[in-house]
Amino acid sequence: MKTDDGKFQPRIVGFLCNWCSYTGADLAGVSRMKSAPNLRPMRVMCTGRVDPSLVLRAFQLGADGVLIAGCHPGDCHYQEGNFKALRRVLLLKRILQSFGVDERRLRLEWISASEGEKFARVSTEFTEEVRALGPLRLEPAMLAVHQPEGEEVLA
Amino acid sequence: MSKPKLALYWAASCGGCEIAVLDVEEKILDVAAFFDIVFWPCATDFKYKDVEAMPDKSIDLCLFNGAVRTSENESLARLLREKSKVLVAFGSCATDGCIPGLANLTTKDAIFNWVYRESPSTVNTDGTIPVTQFTVPEGELEIPEFYESVHTLAQVVPVDYFVPGCPPQAHQIAAVLTAVMQGAELPPLGSILGAGDKTCCEECGRSRQEKRLKKFYRPWEIEPKPDECLLDQGIICLGPATRSGCGALCVKANMPCRGCYGPAPNVADQGVKMVSALASVIDSHEPAEINRILDQVPDLAGTLFRFSVPHSILHRRQTEPAQAGAR
Repeated sequence: MKTDDGKFQPRIVGFLCNWCSYTGADLAGVSRMKSAPNLRPMRVMCTGRVDPSLVLRAFQLGADGVLIAGCHPGDCHYQEGNFKALRRVLLLKRILQSFGVDERRLRLEWISASEGEKFARVSTEFTEEVRALGPLRLEPAMLAVHQPEGEEVLA
Repeated sequence: MSKPKLALYWAASCGGCEIAVLDVEEKILDVAAFFDIVFWPCATDFKYKDVEAMPDKSIDLCLFNGAVRTSENESLARLLREKSKVLVAFGSCATDGCIPGLANLTTKDAIFNWVYRESPSTVNTDGTIPVTQFTVPEGELEIPEFYESVHTLAQVVPVDYFVPGCPPQAHQIAAVLTAVMQGAELPPLGSILGAGDKTCCEECGRSRQEKRLKKFYRPWEIEPKPDECLLDQGIICLGPATRSGCGALCVKANMPCRGCYGPAPNVADQGVKMVSALASVIDSHEPAEINRILDQVPDLAGTLFRFSVPHSILHRRQTEPAQAGAR
């Protein structure tokens, strides 16, 4: 997606945990902190709920970057969910690399409910990082019908 | 009344599916008696032009095994779709991409470089690389184009049913063919036939304790206990992400499930589901330690996506814009 000035505007999906990072994002908002508008927040109950297939679906449906943000280690509302997210992200980053997708397109951050400033900073930083990487265009999985040269398809 | 017509075809496959069909043993005689076999290149002498000459939708059942890797595979997939009433993706290659699909983790150029230039056993002083058209004194030669990606059958043409497995197990094939021959009502289009509706773990008799692990082993590195979950013992087993139906053959032979029956029901992406399962059993909260544990697994993508790269969400090695610009 591009704005009028021709600058690439990355689409970023943010999976934010209900107890910390979503509240942190809310704090950034009510405090009128300035941050990049590219992140589409998705509230989830816990980062441990973010199945890796959700991340890939986001990429498949047009996201250029995915941020998963949750409670700091030791602060998880469900005790261990954020650690599960940590292990999944580290593993998924390796899989992304094997499939030729830059692992920096997936980012995990710990943002507490009181860290509105951190949320604003991270979402701006991440937007710039993904902007530098450029748009992620997944190749179509379907094999298109081969059109012999010179033959025009009637619409 | 004329007999129903049956066609079997192999595209990018190893031939194992063909053997699996013969593994139904004496039932093959019933199949031969019930059907008129109109096309089966592996077993009988038919030419592509014989199929081209058939009226559309004249083949009652076509079992298509193998992935679509070349233009020849593609044209036969389209041709058989046109000529068949019921087209079945038969086996893991046609359904999920299987072992040939692992090539999607690299590129056509890299494959050709290795096979025709760099591999130690290659002697190719002229640097000959296959081309689709070549002129010889006798005239123009044409060979099929090798595509950049391996595709599942359903990524090329609409598929009516899927029979997973590498190869599909003989008792499952027999059950499917018997049902067809007895005139059983066919399930909704798109159904998976000849397989279960649970995960491979459901068919595995081992006890699972959901142990947390700091070390993974390859199957040859330890002698696994025969009654404990292999994942608990540190061997990466794809059972939790794989569809049941084989009877847990591999785990009963003390080998891990490698995932040939494809994604479990309601699982979009088998490999990524396995990412989730594997992340759950790693015993660490420290990024550095988690990475050290993961370093023990050679070829993570190849292990978790062994049979399902083309069918997975990412389906092949992608090109980042930075690399695309550099090319």
